Amino acid sequence: MSEPWGPHDLGGQEGGPIDLAEHDTAYWEWQIDAMVRLALKKNLISDFAELRDGIEQLTPDDYDQCTYYERWAKSLAYTLISRGVISEQQLSDQVDAVRARQEAEGVA
Amino acid sequence: MEAVFEVGQRVRIADRTPPVHHRVPSYAKGHVGVIERVCGLHGEPEKFIRGNGEPRQRIYRVRIPQTELWQDYEGTDNDNLEIEIFEHWLEGAE
Repeated sequence: MSEPWGPHDLGGQEGGPIDLAEHDTAYWEWQIDAMVRLALKKNLISDFAELRDGIEQLTPDDYDQCTYYERWAKSLAYTLISRGVISEQQLSDQVDAVRARQEAEGVA
Repeated sequence: MEAVFEVGQRVRIADRTPPVHHRVPSYAKGHVGVIERVCGLHGEPEKFIRGNGEPRQRIYRVRIPQTELWQDYEGTDNDNLEIEIFEHWLEGAE
């Protein structure tokens, strides 16, 4: 057995019980799914392999603490920044703008 | 594109760890199996990272006995893993 590559490479390790509880998909999760598919369609990212890569580059703590679509969101941001589609500054400015709008509307 | 390996041939999965997504689990690296099926072509995962995946690579389904993969395996000798592996991860084995 070779050294694991990233926090996802778990084959052969004790995994514990599997949580089989059903859960609803939140609206923001549909939005992330749509953004990834749009980015693929527009060739801003190349393939699900590239989305996978961004997930596998997460730190073990991030990987363990994030839900499925949180990992997609982090990977999409990382990939678009790595490819120069957006800058970290643009992303953080946009997050600030959305937070400010939500606070103004009393949503957050 | 001609397939390099044929059904029944013994192959070894490379034991390497490129620091990008590569679709080969560490537990299978370095192990020998038999080509169970010659599958289609797909872009090379490693070359999709800031790239377009070209050139496309042949995929094979490789059969490895579970007893070969896991030292303490308690099932029978007839239990196998069948895993799809890209051609550039395989070399012929005795």
